Amino acid sequence: MHSIKKSVFLMVALVTILSVVGCAPAAAPKGPVTIHVLTMDQAGLKPADIDQIARDFEAANPDIKVVMEYVGYDYVHDKITTGMASTPPAYDAAMVDVIWPDEFIKKGYLLDVSDRVTQDMKDGIFPAAWNGVTRNGKIYGMPWLMDVKYFMYNKDMLEKAGFTAPPKTWEEMLDQAKVIKEKGLAEFPVTWSWNQKEGVVCDYTALLFGNGGAFLDKDGKPVFNDAKGVEALDWMKKTIDDGLTNPNAVSSDEMAVEADFLAGKSAFAVNWLFQYADSLDPTKSQVANQVAFAPMPVFKVGADAGITGSSVDGSSSFAVMATTPNPDAVWKFLTYLASNEVQMKYSASMLPIWMEDYKGAKLDTLKAATPSNPVTVPAFMAQFPYANERPTVPYYNEASAALQMAIQEVLTGAKPAQQALDEAAAKWVELAKTQ
Amino acid sequence: MNLSVVKPKKRNSLSRQDTRTAWLFIAPSLIIILGVALWPILSTFFLSFFNAPSGLNQPRIFNWGRNYIDLLADPAFWQTISRTAYFTIVSVVLELLAGLGIAQLIHSRPLGWKFLRFSLIIPWAVPTIVSGAMWRWIYSGDFGALNGLLMQLGLIKHYIPFLTKPELAMNLVILADFWHVVPLVALILQAALAGIPVELDEAAEVDGANAWQRFWNIRLPMLRGAILVALIIRTVEAFRVFDIVYIITSGGPASSTITISYLTYLTTFPYGKLGAGAALSFLISIFTLTLAIIYIRFLYRPEENQ
Repeated sequence: MHSIKKSVFLMVALVTILSVVGCAPAAAPKGPVTIHVLTMDQAGLKPADIDQIARDFEAANPDIKVVMEYVGYDYVHDKITTGMASTPPAYDAAMVDVIWPDEFIKKGYLLDVSDRVTQDMKDGIFPAAWNGVTRNGKIYGMPWLMDVKYFMYNKDMLEKAGFTAPPKTWEEMLDQAKVIKEKGLAEFPVTWSWNQKEGVVCDYTALLFGNGGAFLDKDGKPVFNDAKGVEALDWMKKTIDDGLTNPNAVSSDEMAVEADFLAGKSAFAVNWLFQYADSLDPTKSQVANQVAFAPMPVFKVGADAGITGSSVDGSSSFAVMATTPNPDAVWKFLTYLASNEVQMKYSASMLPIWMEDYKGAKLDTLKAATPSNPVTVPAFMAQFPYANERPTVPYYNEASAALQMAIQEVLTGAKPAQQALDEAAAKWVELAKTQ
Repeated sequence: MNLSVVKPKKRNSLSRQDTRTAWLFIAPSLIIILGVALWPILSTFFLSFFNAPSGLNQPRIFNWGRNYIDLLADPAFWQTISRTAYFTIVSVVLELLAGLGIAQLIHSRPLGWKFLRFSLIIPWAVPTIVSGAMWRWIYSGDFGALNGLLMQLGLIKHYIPFLTKPELAMNLVILADFWHVVPLVALILQAALAGIPVELDEAAEVDGANAWQRFWNIRLPMLRGAILVALIIRTVEAFRVFDIVYIITSGGPASSTITISYLTYLTTFPYGKLGAGAALSFLISIFTLTLAIIYIRFLYRPEENQ
């Protein structure tokens, strides 16, 4: 009697456990298609803008519902990889940073949209934007944001220090910074995003190429640990030791750089485009109308070698996830999001990727669209051609992590630059072998 | 008198009934926990023996425990373990001492003790993400409250960039976690203190024992069970700390705050090495299980608690 009850109990328990394990969401009902889109909440358009675009799209396409999700840039990559682990995927489309396509294509996350891209799109959008989403002749997403790091400075501080023009070389910037510091205008005239995240590699990219260096040679072997790479890193450390770079840079991200610069605590700040629009916003900035762009400086050595400009490409695209059940609806939304009409409408936060907007009458319209455009459009046209790429390899995240650690070890004084970079280069070689 | 007829039937069936009732109460939650946790645990253990890159249709190659061997042979792994051990030991010692002190304070019923006990819940109730963000701002070298306080007290002339100093960063994360977690320890110990019969204390006082002797010889031994509970909970949680590190320092500066859970996160998500990540998870489990067993060996005295 007791043993029968026990076995019945065990059966019930087992069935319940298995059904809990096998739980899956109910199949989606027929009707309007819902697509989930993931993007970042910084740089590019503001969430409120994208929400409005989604609502406008839904009004024109009543059979498609768009659910947007916004997270900080540092979290997007993980959300994509986790989201793709389920069927159907948690997101039908996602923003893809310029450093991720190789990894995501290898993992099979991105849908090949080569035959969905029209000739108009191919001809109308900047080739650099297409390069970001094309691999082996196949296109894996819709370009959306072309961004590059800009060199911004505080005009008023420079004037008060007695300078009429922004610096052309990094060495000149330090000379100006010394004077600004001596005159008490800023305790730490320069601020950067050198924390142990992708931001520090972005800054290092601009400095490395501006010194005539590079990440990889033509055979794909790491060369950032050569004399030019070591010089650039030593220079970074020296600016902290000399009290010209804010020591907090070692734990700062781009938002912290903006907070510092817009509070009037620094004279020079390297950051993405969003910092300029925010500088004009009185609720965020105490330096409205004091901020100006200048071409990103290079090192004297780089200038002598013929390097006329250097920055880092921070563009992003939107991709259709390979396992989405609604690729057509998703593609429709993405092409709408990246369309010329929509991009022109929101050009204050994000400049368009369509070449025609930078020519003739359209250029005038673009410049007149918002108070910041007369300044940002020429800055973009001047700086973007110098956007350097970080290595397009599928193991980029781990490679970047090794470089981030090397740079941090040098900046905190734990290791000399040559040793740290050599170790990072060795790691890159090891990673390349396992591919 | 035939003693063999006298069977201790009632006592047997009563204790059997107790056991059955106990199982009946535990069964629902046990079933759900097993259902939700068992499959992932088994599946992760299985995965840890493969070279398994994340992605769709990625080949998974059996590699005979290579993941474990590579980890145990990697000096970076052991550095991470030692950092985690430092975090755990310092955290737990501080939390036990402070928790005991606060518990004693509440127990002595000073003026406003109810308010003190109530306000203790607040750090515990704040989600770790929120408290992490708050502490990151407190430690900020540009706008932080800690710098402001030290400056106003005249202890420093310039703001200190705390989170950029590898030696300091780990201790600051410990402090933030301490603030968040001490209420738990304090309340566990305070509840146990309340269960100590007050006559013991009074009798000892009458016999001439001073406050320290009463504490050391009466209260502490009677708190052994509660201390064991707090120790195990806090050691396991501190060893596995992740979210407060993620929010305050993201493992920096110069990897000085990368704990073993953070390393597992990095291996699994940004680097996409699911097999190695699974192996790391199991290694963490083995470490924490060992610690728990050691504690129980040394501290668990079941006969004293009846």
